Amino acid sequence: MARRASPIEAETMFLIDCPWCGPRGESEFTYGGPPGPAYPDDPAALDARAWGSFLFVRENHRGWCRERWVHTAGCGMWLHAIRHTVTYEFAAFYTPEGPVPPMPDGSAR
Amino acid sequence: VSQPFRMTEGGTIRRDRPVRITFDGLELEGFEGDTVASILLANGVRIAARGIYSGRPRGVMSAGAEEANVFLQVVSGAGESMIAATRVEAHRGLHVRSLAGRGVLDPSPDGARYDKRYTHVETLVVGGGRSGVAAAMGARRAGHRVLLLDDRPTSAADSAAALAGVTVLTRTTALGYHDHGYVVAIERRTDHLDAPHPAIARHRLWKIRAARIILATGAYERPIAFAGNDVPGVMLAGAAATYVERFGVRPGRRAVVIAAHDDALRAACTLAKAGIEIAAVVDVRRSTDAPPAAELRSLGITVRRGAVVSTATGEDGVLAGVYLSADDRTTLVACDLLAVSGGWNPALELFTQAGGRTRWSAAAACFVPDGETPRVQVVGRATGAFAEALSPATTFLSPRGTEPAEEVYLDPQRDATLGDLRRAVAAGMRSIEHVKRYTTISTGADQGRTSSVLTVGILCEELGVPLAEGATTAWRPPVAPVPFTLLAGRDRGELADPARLSPIHDWHLANGAVFEDAGQWKRPACFPSGGDEPLHATVARECTAARTGVAMMDASTLGKIQLQGRDVGVLLDRVYTNVMSTLATGSVRYGVMCGLDGMVLDDGTVARLAGDRWHMTTTTGHAGRVLAWLEEWLQTEWRDLDVRCTSVTEQWATIAVAGPRSREVIARLAPALDVSAAGFPFMTWRDTLLLGIPARIMRISFSGELAYEVNISAWHGHAVWAALLDAGAPFGITPYGTETLRVLRAEKGYPIMGQETDGSVSPFDLGMARIVSKGKKDFIGRRSHDREDTARPDRKQLVGLVPVDGTTPLTEGAQLVEAGVPLGTPPVPMIGHVTSAYHSVTLGTPFALALLAGGAARHGDRIQAVDGMRSTLVRVTGPVHYDPTGARRDGD
Repeated sequence: MARRASPIEAETMFLIDCPWCGPRGESEFTYGGPPGPAYPDDPAALDARAWGSFLFVRENHRGWCRERWVHTAGCGMWLHAIRHTVTYEFAAFYTPEGPVPPMPDGSAR
Repeated sequence: VSQPFRMTEGGTIRRDRPVRITFDGLELEGFEGDTVASILLANGVRIAARGIYSGRPRGVMSAGAEEANVFLQVVSGAGESMIAATRVEAHRGLHVRSLAGRGVLDPSPDGARYDKRYTHVETLVVGGGRSGVAAAMGARRAGHRVLLLDDRPTSAADSAAALAGVTVLTRTTALGYHDHGYVVAIERRTDHLDAPHPAIARHRLWKIRAARIILATGAYERPIAFAGNDVPGVMLAGAAATYVERFGVRPGRRAVVIAAHDDALRAACTLAKAGIEIAAVVDVRRSTDAPPAAELRSLGITVRRGAVVSTATGEDGVLAGVYLSADDRTTLVACDLLAVSGGWNPALELFTQAGGRTRWSAAAACFVPDGETPRVQVVGRATGAFAEALSPATTFLSPRGTEPAEEVYLDPQRDATLGDLRRAVAAGMRSIEHVKRYTTISTGADQGRTSSVLTVGILCEELGVPLAEGATTAWRPPVAPVPFTLLAGRDRGELADPARLSPIHDWHLANGAVFEDAGQWKRPACFPSGGDEPLHATVARECTAARTGVAMMDASTLGKIQLQGRDVGVLLDRVYTNVMSTLATGSVRYGVMCGLDGMVLDDGTVARLAGDRWHMTTTTGHAGRVLAWLEEWLQTEWRDLDVRCTSVTEQWATIAVAGPRSREVIARLAPALDVSAAGFPFMTWRDTLLLGIPARIMRISFSGELAYEVNISAWHGHAVWAALLDAGAPFGITPYGTETLRVLRAEKGYPIMGQETDGSVSPFDLGMARIVSKGKKDFIGRRSHDREDTARPDRKQLVGLVPVDGTTPLTEGAQLVEAGVPLGTPPVPMIGHVTSAYHSVTLGTPFALALLAGGAARHGDRIQAVDGMRSTLVRVTGPVHYDPTGARRDGD
């Protein structure tokens, strides 16, 4: 469900450029967290530590990060974005199909 | 004499248009163009407020948004709970009351209209002064859509003909900068009118997305602190001049001016020319021979250099004089106006919200923008660049004016003093953010526009650190008070949170249903008979009908998802714990979904409609979440699967007909359908016609009784409900609601996801190992079921409870404690809790479902269920209290 915005926040903040619908206010979207590691081919083959890491451990980087959103109150499609966690500026939006744009800081993240 | 302080000419007020207002019941005269503050001063009302804690008298100290003393409750018109007197425009019929630092909310409904507007522009200019107008015109010439916001009633931009094409909103305050060029503003459209037309929205909330934002927000004047600085008659020097120039009001008869910069000397000239006797002009700077000093000399006024205020003194609560110290001499100078100015603080609320940083400028004696932000640019006085030279001295605290520290008010609205600041420092506070929270300075409705930088400066002095190391606090949005009614706009009453209604809702309403909320849905909880039947009797009657005769309920709110595609079976095998792909067309299967952590997400049934078409049901509350869950996997991980999901919750009306006589009711309405147990077995579905209406009937049961779930197009929901009621009348068919549903399913030990589960309960904890596939290679959550913690034998597991005495009702949420453990001394070890508790008319006893540590192995044990200090001895049972063999599902 879309984040229930506090009235003081006045509904939207981010401007998110949905690859299918164009730029829309954040209130139409739901945050989907960082794109985690891909679902393992054979989860049963992972030991407890590896499975725990897949489930719970995510990088919490300060700077440019990839993240996922879903256009809940729009087309319902998932999209990926690159956003700076300090300035909140977006650098790119792309579909889960890719192509995956490079990070602005040149990192391999 | 009316308006004894009003000048005969001057100002922008309309002397030909008098208005009369009341202030605390006192009738006061003024003119159109006045604010309540200027009317108070014109009429010599010096004491206009009281300190929130001290109760000390306070008077108007500013002429704008920085007012920290005089706040009013507007009781006429649409009203206002707390607003600065400097911001209330005078009009006929205005009635206001003074406040003591705290707003008063009018409890009666606000009948005014409030609207919201969205707009997109290339350039947004905040501030309609010279710099703002110039910026707007420049942007307009570049072909931009330009919106200019001005807080004031009239704007220089209004009259500038060259501004063709710039949209100007006056009486409009930008409330906050949010991300990516998003600014929210309040436009006050009718508050200044004598009799506003009710169709005109009182306020508009503007939601502006701008590519570029130019802040021409100007600067707020900064006071100098000294003992007695809150006495009515102490005012900002620029504000005193504004009352003369804009309102034709003399804010006093005999003035002392304390100046730390040239603007304040100019203000002294204005006061002198307005006929106010100037008792003294003190320039705290020793070395400057400022140009305005020469003008003051020509008016016969000598500027005393290097003198300072030590104390302002009052008489009858208002200013009577001020002690001035120079060298070693202190003299008392009588005055009724003490006009003070320590400098100007650029108004950078929105700039700091946009992530802009500030730095101390010694030349401008204020914090100025340090660089720009990607979208926000600051121009004019808000940059600390002033049109005329100021040569300011950096003075926050008058050197001789610090005693007694409890009478040096740093934030008069919060009644916070220099003493409070020193206590904060003594307690170890160093950061202004900590001092602010410790002292509450700048947390009032004025957000510290005059007190914040003053406090930063004094804090740096107290700590002995340079101002360059100081920092301003952040101004949070909204920067001006906003009525909640505006934020709500038209989303009030039933639009505040629209209810979802079943297609049969009107019948429920007409037949006395007691409703309960399930998310946004309104669902009948039960149907009291005759309107006065006690609820427990209603539920008992409805349960008895379902167990012994026939009953029906509206289950239309159940989540329904249609899935279509080649790979639906593959998807379902991955999201449910059991195997779904083997389901035959015409059959229905129950399933449980888990999250990656192995804990139960939701449950429901799946019907296979055709080779590539499936119909899934979810719990009422989880429908959206389940659809989103499927979409997430399909779109992000399993893009190779050919599956399409569509919500069909609203398309189908669903009516459950339950009870041993239900077969006869269905048979009467669907003559073409073979309703025999062999012809229409449990967990299958059939398409048929009911009254000529296509219907899909499923033999599934949430009560344990023979039951049919009738699905028809939502359009026909009401008609089929009525037909079933008719057809069932000979059997005493009884409508029932969710409360009865919960008792029936609990008697059968069926959990409700979200009631028995809370995100930490696995299918094994619920005793559902039988529907967790051992053969499937994988499904979501499977690996987590093998985690050490998930496999612990002492996890909380679903059990049944009955009171040992057979009569004491149990309470949902009650904690479970071992028998014999005393409750008096905490901590009392808790071993579980009651998740559902009801009285069963069928069992003749209260009973409960509960999660109990190691509960699967404890059937037969006695433990305590504790509600507050009330302990009930209960016997642990299996979760199934009724018909454990399932003999009832095919009827009598």
